[in-house]
Order: sequence, then structure tokens, then C-alpha cells
Amino acid sequence: MALLQIAEPGESTAPHQHRLAAGIDLGTTNSLVASVRNGVPLVLNDEHGRALLPSVVRYLADGTAVVGHAARAAQAQDPRNTIASVKRFMGRGVADVAHVESMPYVFEDAPGMVRLRTAQGAKSPVEVSADILRVLRERAEASLGGPLTGAVITVPAYFDDAQRQATKDAARLAGLDVLRLLNEPTAAAIAYGLDNASEGIYAVYDLGGGTFDISILKLSRGVFEVLATSGDAALGGDDFDHRVYCWLIEASRIGPPSLEDMRSLYMEARRAKEALSGADDVHVGLKLSSGDEIDVRLTREAFAAMTKTLVDKTLVPTRKALRDAGLSVEDVKGVVMVGGATRMPQVQRAVGEFFGQVPLTNLDPDKVVAIGAAIQANVLAGNRAAGEDWLLLDVIPLSLGLETMGGLVEKIIPRNSTIPTARAQEFTTYRDGQTAMAVHVLQGERERVTDCRSLARFELRGIPPMVAGAARIRVSFQVDADGLLAVSARELGTGIEARIEVKPSYGLGDDEVARMLRDGFDHVQDDIAARALAEQKVDATRLIDATQTALAADGDLLDGAERAAVDTAVRALVEVLEGDDTAALRAAVEVLGRATDEFAARRMNRGIQRALSGRSIESL
Amino acid sequence: MNPDAPAPGLPDAELFSRDHFELFALPRRFVIDDRSLESRYHELQSSVHPDRHASSPEAERRLSMQWSTRINEAYRLLRTPLTRARYLLELDGVDVAAENNTAMPADFLMQQMEWREALDEARDARDAGALDELARMLRHARRDAEELLVRQLDAEHDTVGAAATVRRMMFIARLAEDIAEAHETLDN
Repeated sequence: MALLQIAEPGESTAPHQHRLAAGIDLGTTNSLVASVRNGVPLVLNDEHGRALLPSVVRYLADGTAVVGHAARAAQAQDPRNTIASVKRFMGRGVADVAHVESMPYVFEDAPGMVRLRTAQGAKSPVEVSADILRVLRERAEASLGGPLTGAVITVPAYFDDAQRQATKDAARLAGLDVLRLLNEPTAAAIAYGLDNASEGIYAVYDLGGGTFDISILKLSRGVFEVLATSGDAALGGDDFDHRVYCWLIEASRIGPPSLEDMRSLYMEARRAKEALSGADDVHVGLKLSSGDEIDVRLTREAFAAMTKTLVDKTLVPTRKALRDAGLSVEDVKGVVMVGGATRMPQVQRAVGEFFGQVPLTNLDPDKVVAIGAAIQANVLAGNRAAGEDWLLLDVIPLSLGLETMGGLVEKIIPRNSTIPTARAQEFTTYRDGQTAMAVHVLQGERERVTDCRSLARFELRGIPPMVAGAARIRVSFQVDADGLLAVSARELGTGIEARIEVKPSYGLGDDEVARMLRDGFDHVQDDIAARALAEQKVDATRLIDATQTALAADGDLLDGAERAAVDTAVRALVEVLEGDDTAALRAAVEVLGRATDEFAARRMNRGIQRALSGRSIESL
Repeated sequence: MNPDAPAPGLPDAELFSRDHFELFALPRRFVIDDRSLESRYHELQSSVHPDRHASSPEAERRLSMQWSTRINEAYRLLRTPLTRARYLLELDGVDVAAENNTAMPADFLMQQMEWREALDEARDARDAGALDELARMLRHARRDAEELLVRQLDAEHDTVGAAATVRRMMFIARLAEDIAEAHETLDN
């Protein structure tokens, strides 16, 4: 007798085609791309065998953009047009960016997000990031031998809504289908936890080039549950460079350097910092274009002393995360170190002293995030192997709320809520006959509106005139699995709905992304059509796969006529998939989507009922 | 097509609108087996979580987010004794927040004032040890209140008494938050 095959939702039923998916660590200093091949997650190297792509983009007057090592090498020579550490500007205005005075860029304060003026005009941080992501996408597609089904992009856990949305926009602009935004420390925990079959409470201490995250996770029987996360979205290795840079200027008694010299000094500062991870002291010798000469020696102790406040600064969020998780240091079984900046001995020492144990440094701190992202991407793309049933439960890092009377913030969703999550709050009018209500959405922990980040403002209009306090307006917040917020408001008496996706107020609306996409392809019209067709084919193939997997598992939920309708729609889609008609493909995908709506609902119910009755798949 | 089937793209109304205890297949009572709750939570999320439906058609992804949200909310409420007790009372038609604090017994009001003063003193003196000590006392008071709720909710079905205990716990929870905030201020 043939045994029935039962697949978990999202699990692939053999035989089927392996879908190409990648995990991308879009870092402040360096970026990486990784993928799972033959069941093994691997970082993908460039043609010279290098894993790290420096997150530096140089814009040349002839319209070309140079990304990576060559761009980094040109920093001192062409500082204005060579953008480094762009991650620090994502979703940020000029006022939010630290050390603007020692940056060589020309900033434009556009609504929502800064722009950087280059030889190719004003560039949004989203566009610069997209240029980095595009190189990684091309590297992955060349290495894997085909277009990507989708990618998981990592973000600092402490990134707010604006920064997350900017990252997702950048990925779209780079032609990537984002399967998920994944928090960097969580990605590291997946890579570490699956590799070591760990159980218990773990802390992930992630000090990158420009961001610091601390996450407390509970690992139990294949579930990675984030209990609390905290951090500082503007603290990282760059700040250590800045301290050394300032010291170099002071110790050498030189005046304010030129843009070019500033870059050279920064590069020397970084080199000295990195050297001190292996040596007790380092010599810095440099002749500046001004004629000044730098000739100094920096010891490890002096470096540790000048950066002590930075290291201490990371322990504040660490304490906060533990408190939020309701735990103390004794509860923590292991501390996983992530990010290049955790190579600094003074960081390892401070973390070890704080937790009372030697931190875990057995995974490459530069690669572990990309590896975790690749593992997640592989599963999300539908390549889940039989028995690979781990689950990730993550949280939002910052509370979400609304402005109320007197400039105060009413919290709607508290920080560290497990996502996806939704909450609603009812408000009322405060004037007789009031017909509109302003809704101001904020993110942050402070009580006053001015101390929180403004995410969106919108108005609910058309409230029927009533006496003050009679209207009931329900404002609902929904945070999805990417940690992105959508807000809607409704007057409960009349059901008038004003709905908003919080995104547009960051300066990059959907239409702007669409325009950038068009601009990017203007000179190669064929490319855009080819790309659209390729993407539509990937979508269609994925849908056919998903439908067949679903039919194999739960086909009995459909009666004969329903099944016939679905089969017809599948066949129709398979047929147009042979051709090159993008519009016909899109239409056939929609038809199949509609034909399976009801089926999806029944399958979901069955899954829940199985879980409810304790008859989970593995016990069947 | 089955006329009782839910509308396309919407969660099954009957299943979706069950109370949180039913959703987790747990008896409706205050004393709860934490491990059953957690493992049921993990099982349900394993079935509905968006990560399990990431490459599915749009309608299924939407359903998955709604269900996953629903289960997170239920777990949040059931996991913590205070919110679980409030929810049980709500199911019994008792709105804890409707009555105001003046209904609290005088001795608890006195206790409240003492705790508040202790917090203010510790904050002014920037005394982390005193904050810890206060937090420890509050944990005790919370445990006492939880034990009282076991009797009031599960044995005596004394909803009026339980509502008073819940209000007391709400005050303790708020004070605990203030202590955490004071700790944070000391850290910075």
C-alpha cells in the first residue's frame, strides 16, 4: 500500500525544482550574500574569491557607479562622490546623523530622508543601498545559475519602521523580491543554534560598523523565540574609528584637514583599530596633502581607554534587554558575538565581565548573519527539507503609539511584542460637531511626542457631527512579520474608513520607487521588459509549485467540481508559462490565485485544528 | 460549494472567534499549565506563522498573518497571570477597569503610598540597591495576589473579590514598570 505523503505548509514535496534564494547582510561597512546549496549554507564569493563587498559606492560623472573594493580605494581621491556607511542615513534626516561635520558629503535635507549630492545628482540612501544590493544579486545569480526567487535581507533589530521600510524599498529597487526582513541578531542565532543544537537562553551581542543590537532569545525544541531586543541604531565600529581619528588630529597638532586628508586619516584610523585586535601597539605614519606629517604610536591600552565610553554605552541596552526579558545574567547560557567590531579585545573583555562567562566567538562574526539569512531564505522560498521544522518568533524593538492631547504619546503596541501583532485603541472627539480627527503615529519609548520618531500623520474626515465625546474612533495598528506597521482608523458608528500604509511619509512613495526603477532602465528598454517577464515567470512557477504542494497535502478538502476548477487554472497557467506574454502570465496568475482562495482558508483551518487536537504532523 | 464555508480570504469565523482558552484547547481557569500553554503556542504558530506560508499565494499569506496575529495576542493574554485573570473576568462579563480605585481597601491604599514614597526616595538617592529591594517586595506582593486569585477564580468563583485583586495587581504592575524606568535612568 502506498503511504500518503503529508507535507507541512511550506514544506516541499519531492520531486520539485529547487528554488534559488539568497540571504543578504546589508552592512554598514561590508555586505555579503549567502545561499544554501545542497543543504549547506555558503557565503558566495566574487570572481576574485572575496566574500566581503565593501558597502561603498562611487558615482562617476559619466553615469556609471562603482561598487565595492574599487570604490573604497577611491575614497580619499574622490570623497564627495564616494559614499561609505550609507546605512547610517537610511530613513534618517540630516538632524539625525551624528558627526555630520566630519563627513565629506554634501547633504540635502529632503522630506523624510537626507539626500547626498554627487556627480550624478542627489542620491537617496535608498538608491545607494540599491546599488550595493544589485551587485550582490548579480553575484548570487551568476553563482547559482539563474534568477533568484527571493531574498531575505537583514536589518539591525533596533531599526525603526522608517529604516526598515527604506531597506525594503532599496531591495525592490535592486530587483529583489523580499521574502522577509530578518533581524541581524536573530539571523546569527539561527546560524549558531542550528549548528550547535543549542537549548536555553542565549544573548546575541551584535556590534557592527554602525549599529549595535542586543537580543535575548530562548531556544527550545527548534523554536527560536526572541524575548527582548534593544540596542543603539547609531553606535558601531565607525565610532571607534572616529575616536582614533580625533586622537590622531590632537596628538599630531594639525589643523582642520581637507576632505581628501580627512578620508586618508579615517582610513588610517580604521587600519590602526583593526591592527590592535592582533598587536599590542601600532604605528601610524602618514604624509598629508597639507604637508603635515603624522608619526605616532597607539597602544592597545590607550585605544581601550579612549573608547571605553563607547563600550560602556553598549552595556546600557544590554541591561535593558535583560530586564525586559525578566531575566538576569545568571540565566544566560551563552553569549554569541556578532559583527566585525566584536573582534576588538576590549569589547570581548567587557562583554565577558558583564555576563560572567567567555563569549562565543567560534563563528566568523562577519559571516554569521548572512549564513542565518541564507538558511531562512531557503526555507521561506519553499525548500524546507523534511524534518526541518524550526520556527522563528521575533519582536518589534520599539513601542508604537499615537499623539494624544497635550503632546503626549499613548502607547498602542509596546516594545518587544511578538510579531505579527495588532492592537486597536478607541478615541473620541473633544469638540462639539468635530468632523475630522488628526492621527499622528509615533515610535519610541518616551512620553513626549517631540522625543519620539514621527512615522506618519493622517486625517480621518467625514465624522458625522456629534457632541464632543460621542464619536467612537477606532485606530488599529497592524505590524507584519517584517516588523512593518500599517495603521487604519474608522468611525465605528458610520464605518467611514481612512486607511494608511505608514510608508509614504519617509519621502519615498511607491510612485517614486517606480520612477527610480524606470530611470534605472531607461537606456536599456529591453532589459526592463525581460526583467518583468523573468519575474512574472518566477512568480507563476512559485504559485504552481505552491498549489501542487497544497493539493498533494490537502486535496481532499475540495469536492470534484472545485478540484476541477483549480486544475483547469493550473493547466492554463502552465500553458502561458511556455510563452513570453507578461500580461497573459499576470492574468493567469490572478485566475489561479482566485481559484485557490477558498482552498487556502480551508487548509489554514485544518492546520489549526490539527495543532489544536495535538495531532501535529509528526505524530500522525 | 459548501454554503457554510467562510468567504474567500477570511478566517473561518467559528474557529477565529473562539475564546483564547478554546483556541489553545485549555480549560477555562486561572491555574494554567505553563508548559502546555507554551507547547500549544509553538504548535499553533508552526502551522499558521507567515514564515510557513511565505511562498504561498496572496490570500493564504494574508490569512496566515491574521491567524498568527490572533494567536500571538491570545498567548500574550494567557501567559501573564494578571492579563489572564482580567481576561477570565471579561469572559464573565466583569469589566475590571470600570470600577475605580476608591474601592480599594484602606490598608492597600496605605501600602501603595509607602511603596510610592520608597520609589521616590530610591530615585532621588540614585540607589539601585533600594530599587532592587522594592522590586523584590513587589514580586512577593504579586505572588500573594496570584495565590488569592487561584482561590477566588477557580474555587469560589468570587468575581467581585477577584476584580479587586486584579486591580491591586494592576497597581503593582504599574509600579514595577516605574521601577524599571528608574533603573534605566540610573543606567544612562
